[in-house]
Amino acid sequence: MHRRGVGAGAIAKKKLAEAKYKERGTVLAEDQLAQMSKQLDMFKTNLEEFASKHKQEIRKNPEFRVQFQDMCATIGVDPLASGKGFWSEMLGVGDFYYELGVQIIEVCLALKHRNGGLITLEELHQQVLKGRGKFAQDVSQDDLLRAIKKLKVLGNGFGIIPVGGTYLIQSVPAELNMDHTVVLQLAEKKGYVTVSEIRSSLKWETERAKQVLEHLLKEGMAWLDTQAAGEPQYWLPALFTELYSQDITPEEAKEAIP
Amino acid sequence: MDRFAWTSGLLELGETLVVQQRGVRLCDGEEKVKFDSGVLLLSTHRLIWRDQKNHECCIAIPLSQIVFIEEQAAGIGKSAKIVVHLHPASSNKEPGPFQSSKYSYIKLSFKEHGQIEFYRRLSEEMTQRRWENMPAGQTIQVNKDPRAGRIRAVGIVGIERKLEEKRKETDKNISEAKEMVELSKSIANKIKEKQGDITEDETIRFKSYLLSMGIANPVTRETYGSGTHYHMQLAKQLAGILQTPLEERGGIMSLTEVYCLVNRARGLELLSPEDLVNACKMLESLKLPLRLRIFDSGVMVIELQSHNEEEMVASALETVSEKGSLTADEFAKLVGMSVLLAKERLLLAEKMGHLCRDDSVEGLRFYPNLFLTQS
Repeated sequence: MHRRGVGAGAIAKKKLAEAKYKERGTVLAEDQLAQMSKQLDMFKTNLEEFASKHKQEIRKNPEFRVQFQDMCATIGVDPLASGKGFWSEMLGVGDFYYELGVQIIEVCLALKHRNGGLITLEELHQQVLKGRGKFAQDVSQDDLLRAIKKLKVLGNGFGIIPVGGTYLIQSVPAELNMDHTVVLQLAEKKGYVTVSEIRSSLKWETERAKQVLEHLLKEGMAWLDTQAAGEPQYWLPALFTELYSQDITPEEAKEAIP
Repeated sequence: MDRFAWTSGLLELGETLVVQQRGVRLCDGEEKVKFDSGVLLLSTHRLIWRDQKNHECCIAIPLSQIVFIEEQAAGIGKSAKIVVHLHPASSNKEPGPFQSSKYSYIKLSFKEHGQIEFYRRLSEEMTQRRWENMPAGQTIQVNKDPRAGRIRAVGIVGIERKLEEKRKETDKNISEAKEMVELSKSIANKIKEKQGDITEDETIRFKSYLLSMGIANPVTRETYGSGTHYHMQLAKQLAGILQTPLEERGGIMSLTEVYCLVNRARGLELLSPEDLVNACKMLESLKLPLRLRIFDSGVMVIELQSHNEEEMVASALETVSEKGSLTADEFAKLVGMSVLLAKERLLLAEKMGHLCRDDSVEGLRFYPNLFLTQS
């Protein structure tokens, strides 16, 4: 009599079948792995050829860098993800941006006590250029933004805040929500803002405006001028254009990474 | 250089500043002139140059005078330049530093860099021609010379041809890169389909392929997180490199400090921020003498295993008590720590109940928690 399904024999058979399927799955995986390995080698060769012709272009042509990055982004590839990536090893894109990251960190740290950890992209650009010296490769503002986006992962609070056509770069882990950001944008035109301006432009209650301004004061990002005619003015040192031409003092440089 | 006119340097009504760069020298064609160190300003209407030593010396040229611009790369001992080809000066131009010039172009020499950005902005302004929409004051000279359009500076046709070639080659670069990126995409998709039947080793192999490609990793395994063999090796290297610096800094460093230290030491083949984070995430599981710690604020640090932040809190409490109260800045100066880490320690002490905060517009100040000790 043949009973179906039950019994030790059936169970053993089932287990054998399962094992066989699994084995088959593994074999399939191995096949595809081998195939992938081959495709990868081909990719690597192509990239080496590309690199031998165009490595200089990437280093010298910022427009090419932008186009290249944008394209990689649409397809889901990040050439700056790892220094160990092909892009980095063969095209040398990595070192350019990672070194820029170091320079950005140092400038932000040196100026933090002046501006509370907020700096315009323009000023950052000027200071980084000065620090890089005469013989280094020039960098564009787009290059800076890409380097900063990579730095976010280090947990130091790096952020990019769009204001009036340019950007403010945040380099401290202070919480800046939408309210804070919108007030920064309002302040960008003149470098300062008042409670009345916030009330009339943004239609906020006085209390809400005051809370935001106090937070910025506490974080050292805003300075209070109580002697202004009319009402107190809240100034943002990050937006003082005169600061562009000031050098980083030796004391400030010491504050930066040794 | 005879197209320039003296100016006060003040912007007119309707004129906006676009970008400025210091350390720029002006050249009349191929010849140097006395304007060797100044701030170059680009507005919506003009190109203005002001002497850095003598602010009274300020000259400008309307953007409408410009025929076209080109870049000249830097060389050994030579700064990068922008060559600006100009229309002939109009007869009703305001007085300037030169009455005549044998050149129809000037060179802007960027001794302190900044030419990439300046060139980009100048090109934009040349395309947008905003000065045509917003006539600003009487200082703008509209070039009414009918011959201007038909006069071609020497060699312009040849130059334009070269620019076109350069553009074509770059396009070719991009399409080649695109092919390779398509290839990597097909591989990435294959990986996504593979989930489930793969061993640990094979997963690690896949991840290293992804790493090479710069493709975001869809596979995370418990043992090693998003790390790969590369990151494991890196973690071990870091343990070696960071031991002494950590001891010198009281056993703790922020991840940004580590990033700068390690990359400055390397010089070449630098680590990406992600490489560093992925390697640090493996420190603990690899039983190395350092560990990664993430504070509530999101700040990430590397600590020696022997470092006990909670013990440091006890000594922090002593320091604060001695002084009555301290801000993060003051504490940092006293103890010789970075402000970032000083703040984290004080916050931790507060979390543990040892300190109380006084949060005002004058800053965040910490006091010993008397509620706890004196009840």
